[in-house]
Amino acid sequence: MIPIRLFVVLCPIVLICVDALPAHSETAEEIGLKIAGDARAREEGFRNFTAQQTMVLRNKHGQESQRSLRVKVIEVSTDGDKSLFVFDEPRDVKGTALLIHAHRESADDQWLYLPALKRVKRISSSNQSGSFMGSEFAYEDLTPQEVEKFTYRYLRDEACGDLTCTVTERFPVDKKSGYSRQLVWRDKDEFRVWKVEYYDRKNAHLKTLTLENYVQYLDRYWRAGEMTMVNHLTGKSTVLTWTDFKFQTDLDDRDFTRTGLRRAR
Amino acid sequence: MLRRTSFYISAVWSLSLVFATGACSEIGIDRDLSGRVNIESRWFPKAGAFSGQGSHAIGFFVLPKLYLADAKGRSFTLSPFFRYDNADPSRTHADLREAYVLLFGEIGDGEWELRVGIDQVFWGVTESQHLVDIVNQIDLVEHPNGEAKLGQPMVNITWSSDWGGVEFFVLPYHRVRTFPGESGRLRLSIVVDDEQVEYERETRLDFAARYSQSFGALDVGLSMFNGTSREPFLMPNVDSSGMPVFVQHYDQIRQFGLDAQLTVGSWLFKLEAIQRAGARNLLGMEEDYVASVFGGEYTFYSVFGSAVDVSLLGEWNYDGRGQSATPGRSPNTLEDDLFFATRLAFNDVQSTEIIASILGDVARATRALSVELDRRISDQLSLNIEAIHLLSIDKADIHYDTQRDSFVDLSLIYNF
Repeated sequence: MIPIRLFVVLCPIVLICVDALPAHSETAEEIGLKIAGDARAREEGFRNFTAQQTMVLRNKHGQESQRSLRVKVIEVSTDGDKSLFVFDEPRDVKGTALLIHAHRESADDQWLYLPALKRVKRISSSNQSGSFMGSEFAYEDLTPQEVEKFTYRYLRDEACGDLTCTVTERFPVDKKSGYSRQLVWRDKDEFRVWKVEYYDRKNAHLKTLTLENYVQYLDRYWRAGEMTMVNHLTGKSTVLTWTDFKFQTDLDDRDFTRTGLRRAR
Repeated sequence: MLRRTSFYISAVWSLSLVFATGACSEIGIDRDLSGRVNIESRWFPKAGAFSGQGSHAIGFFVLPKLYLADAKGRSFTLSPFFRYDNADPSRTHADLREAYVLLFGEIGDGEWELRVGIDQVFWGVTESQHLVDIVNQIDLVEHPNGEAKLGQPMVNITWSSDWGGVEFFVLPYHRVRTFPGESGRLRLSIVVDDEQVEYERETRLDFAARYSQSFGALDVGLSMFNGTSREPFLMPNVDSSGMPVFVQHYDQIRQFGLDAQLTVGSWLFKLEAIQRAGARNLLGMEEDYVASVFGGEYTFYSVFGSAVDVSLLGEWNYDGRGQSATPGRSPNTLEDDLFFATRLAFNDVQSTEIIASILGDVARATRALSVELDRRISDQLSLNIEAIHLLSIDKADIHYDTQRDSFVDLSLIYNF
């Protein structure tokens, strides 16, 4: 708890100091890391939130298929966040729940609850690059993007709509990631991500994520209402819609345990 | 008789389910009705060994589930089950899979949970058999793999916190295992009588407990059971008309169990072990014993740049009683048996999955092969095709009589 408070207190001071220095003394890597750190600082203190996710999967012939799930996330101040996904659709997986304890420095812990067997299964978290429910989102696209999971390089500032964005290149630390690098467009005012380009291990431009309909909650936390992932190699796309955001609910750690997983709804 | 009673009880519950669904939306209660209807066709390529056994069985089951909860999350779950089978009247049966009230709250840094009613409990980590899993009786007529379970009346209290979780169970009623009838396939040469059941002790109040905790990559469970065995000893006898039958005999047993899984990268290492006292062996003698399952699973994710994940599984089943071990997973006795399987998860929109496995005795000639395909057809329909091929069954095995009962099962499932 204390280190975080210290970080929050020190953060503005560090920013001022850094800004005061001549720009050329900072490397592109340092600037990239600073942007990611600032974005995280901006996110801190949300405590927890719940939301509803709807995914529409579309293949290149235009055929659609829908997924719907509920998400609960609780902030862990000294480590990665804990999240819980409960599926509603398709109906054959209704009630299936996925519990993730994310870690900044090590592999995440994941448990899956299978309601038909009432079985809680510890599963491997190595499946970073795999498709989430047949969608164009990989697991690693949806789990919390902890700062430590990438190295960074700031590229340039660029106009994005009416805003100015920083364009940063980030490189996954985990060798099991399906990507060699990602390009992230983040606006300079509020650190919102507007676009991410994903490059596969052969450095081919695999996917592009665009984020829209940002809404601010509690005067601080911005959340995109719509996220569209397009796969350039297959022509398939997935539109992920977020609704019913509720922040600082009465959720606590007890809702993110293996015992709690059995009654997850 | 018991079966008929349970059917009527289920019917009444099902009706009340329909009424409850309509009534409670008025008073601010969250309700959710979901479930499954499964239409099944089973084909046995070889003619049965006994007269009256057919080569084809068709039927269906319905498994609705009603969930009611108030604003505090206190809930009631009701899930009756009904199966119809045109070939075997013993497979036509009803059950209450779930009918329980769930309450929970905070206690210190942790929480408590109370479940009262009929529920299902799963303990364990391995795939080839579920050794430590003992709370529920097996609904064996559903499938010879023993994965389907009958609802168990219980009072279950769970207390969990940073130090792990402890579950206590008081189990006031004993469920009798279901067996195929005279005209059913996958039966022994002598039919198991469903009207005569013997118990070592008349009062049947059973207790179970389990402690579980995660230590980083290691998940561990320690369990204990004291009471009426879920596994019957089949005692030769005669029925009311003087025909030879097996009578189910249930002993009082005490069992200690351990289950552990280590999850490292793409590896899952698994162990289940039990120590059981008070049960009879295959020869009808009481014998204390130790049994275990040890193995692992490795997954190659996104093989050859595709979306397909390939998992390889291997497990070794051991039973200290050796040749006098009672049947484990039909047709194997599992006293010294190896299980190998591969799972292909296509990670496509239809969640296509294929699992192929072989379970074989190291010393004896018993080997069973299974191939299963699961695929979603639409948001509500899914398909399951399964083929079980009994490659060979050793003459010494109790399941020798089922050697002509390899089958192909086709199920169309409607999920609502």
